Amino acid sequence: MSAAPATEQPTAYVNARLMDPATGRDTPGALLSLNGKIADLGADLFSGGVPDGIPTIDCNGHILAPGLIDMRVHLGEPGEEHKDTIASATAAAAAGGITTLICLPNTNPPIDDVSLIEFMARRAREKGLVKIYPYAAITRDCAGTELAEMGILAEAGAMGFTDGQRALANSLVMRRALSYASTFDLLIMQHPEDPELVKEGVMNEGEVATRLGLSGIPSAAEPIMVARDMRLVEITGARYHAGHISTADAIDIVRRAKARGLPVTCDTAPHYFTLNETAVGNYRTFAKTSPPLRSEEDRLAVIEGLKDGTIDAIASDHTPQDQDSKRLPFAQAECGIAGLETLLPLSLALYHSGEMTLLDVLGKLTANPADLLRLDEGRLAVGAPADLVVIDPDRPWRIDPDSFLSKSKNSPFDGHPVQGGAEKTVVGLRMVFDRTS
Amino acid sequence: MTTGLPELNFPHRHILGIEGMTREEINFLLDLSDSYVAQNRRVDKKSALLRGRTLINVFFENSTRTRTSFELAGKRLGADVINMSVSTSAIKKGETMIDTAMTLNAMGPDVLVVRHPHSGAVQLLAEKVTCSVINAGDGSHEHPTQALLDALTIRRRRGALDGLLVAICGDILHSRVARSNIQLLNIMGARVRLIAPRTLLPAEAGRLGAEIHHDIRKGLEGCDIIMMLRLQTERMHGSFVPSIREYFHFYGLDHEKLSCAKPDALVMHPGPMNRGVEIDSELADDIDRSVISEQVEMGVAVRMACLDTLTRDLPANRSLDEGEPTR
Repeated sequence: MSAAPATEQPTAYVNARLMDPATGRDTPGALLSLNGKIADLGADLFSGGVPDGIPTIDCNGHILAPGLIDMRVHLGEPGEEHKDTIASATAAAAAGGITTLICLPNTNPPIDDVSLIEFMARRAREKGLVKIYPYAAITRDCAGTELAEMGILAEAGAMGFTDGQRALANSLVMRRALSYASTFDLLIMQHPEDPELVKEGVMNEGEVATRLGLSGIPSAAEPIMVARDMRLVEITGARYHAGHISTADAIDIVRRAKARGLPVTCDTAPHYFTLNETAVGNYRTFAKTSPPLRSEEDRLAVIEGLKDGTIDAIASDHTPQDQDSKRLPFAQAECGIAGLETLLPLSLALYHSGEMTLLDVLGKLTANPADLLRLDEGRLAVGAPADLVVIDPDRPWRIDPDSFLSKSKNSPFDGHPVQGGAEKTVVGLRMVFDRTS
Repeated sequence: MTTGLPELNFPHRHILGIEGMTREEINFLLDLSDSYVAQNRRVDKKSALLRGRTLINVFFENSTRTRTSFELAGKRLGADVINMSVSTSAIKKGETMIDTAMTLNAMGPDVLVVRHPHSGAVQLLAEKVTCSVINAGDGSHEHPTQALLDALTIRRRRGALDGLLVAICGDILHSRVARSNIQLLNIMGARVRLIAPRTLLPAEAGRLGAEIHHDIRKGLEGCDIIMMLRLQTERMHGSFVPSIREYFHFYGLDHEKLSCAKPDALVMHPGPMNRGVEIDSELADDIDRSVISEQVEMGVAVRMACLDTLTRDLPANRSLDEGEPTR
């Protein structure tokens, strides 16, 4: 029996600063990928030069890291293709150094059925520049009442379960969801906000909201939900993740839960450690988010949570909104920030400000989300997918939403000065972004 | 007449649950049941053992098969049998359960067979009457005659229960059949595994004397007996279980999943079955593996044995002065 001749597709990455948060590696060196997987890496690799015939990418001394994993992304597809499509969102992701994004299920129709998982997989294959893995809904229609078919959704490829931008508020349903999920060792991700306390609220409750005459969302809405969920995690043993955590009190609850050994994780988004409620300023709807931008104390607590490991990951919480959704009176405007292209530079600010090491910042964007989602991606290891990003951590620039590849330009960071970003992004065999070309 | 049987070894006025029974008492009931299986297979199935005795089936919850089984058991022993479906009569008029029980008691029955939707209700009723009471199922608590008939079915097929590995699979949370069976199997020296999603398992289920499994294939490994439980319709659309499709995919017993158990493992179900929900239709009808019909047959014999046993102890005349218990 003769095997079909394998077409070897090697690529050499040379002159790199290899940074792998999973192992703590930070050394000069080179990396060899073969057929889309990492085949070798190290300081001595190619010390005698790259053999002839192997395509070579010169990293120019920049960082070569695992591609970013963005664990919270709202895609416009299906249902809101005028805001973003898989093609536009993955192009934006590639430009942001993201090689894997996990999309939320609160689409139209919502991803609560195996057929939708299969649809997303097909669309991602046809149109996606980077990898897309979906979450599925915890409850049918994300309505918070009847459990979705979590077992078969997970078999079909759902990475975890969440009702998207809607909290699973009913304690009984949440208890059963966690209990059922633990049967199959599945991850439940909560939008941690007590909806009754949010109601008509449009921004953080406090002085700014009072002066603007906007109805407030008390920051207590978040710790109330997280505290309840911790109790439910305790009696069910399910793996639980709090999405885009934003308040000091909720972070503290997660911190204590972790100390007690509960299987709990959480993430935050760059706007929660970059901005506070004053960004709403003169009714700037681009600064309207869910949960809302919080107080300065909360912002500092988010940074503290990132530093001490309470907050496991940073995700963009990319939420594309077109002009018609944002050019409205503040209360009527939609929530959300288009964040794929600003995730990396805004996160790198934590390094430039001296708060965190570069490896720690990159860990929140690669190995940590990979670990909690149980992905093979997110590490520089032999055999792992060759999803890579070349990062110049120092290049100064200003964020310009008009240049976003995402269809939506809703960012409060217009003109915001940042340092660093993706130079090149590679997914397996394919260079999906090259800033210099 | 039942001859050649062991000495009466059953010092209870009621049969309210498996809890509190000994291995000897259970064996006594099963031995007696065996003799009634023989009687039920004769052309003339009727005896006069309970002639003059009155049995009232008091069902506060709908039932067809259990009520019919008790009715047949009573009639084959020659008793007068009355069926009362209380859910449709007195309760609607506002009478409390205890008043209903006292009223019936005043009519002088020898045995009341009671089913009630609430756990503990049959025991409460038993405390208020002067006759014997058999629990035909109380809420999610006990269903002792079901456990006995399951034991009889297994014992006749396998010779003994000692050392067998028995899987109980499905809605353990709401199941009185499971609770009675777990106790009986433990008393008789069998090992028990419970297989269910966490939403259908009660808290601390492992403390009942059973191993817990969530993966049916792993749970069935090495099992001699598989007891499937019914999943109520109202529990399978998103509350305890997302859907029938998902439940059948992970927990519905079919030949493929059954192949994880011992090659000669027997499949049981207390009925009524939901074909295509907890059990594959073809498997349910597979006479080589399924003993579901046999369970129904054993049910009549077990109930005859229970009626026989309890009425042996009753005074011959029902005046309230203490008379010698006679037959």
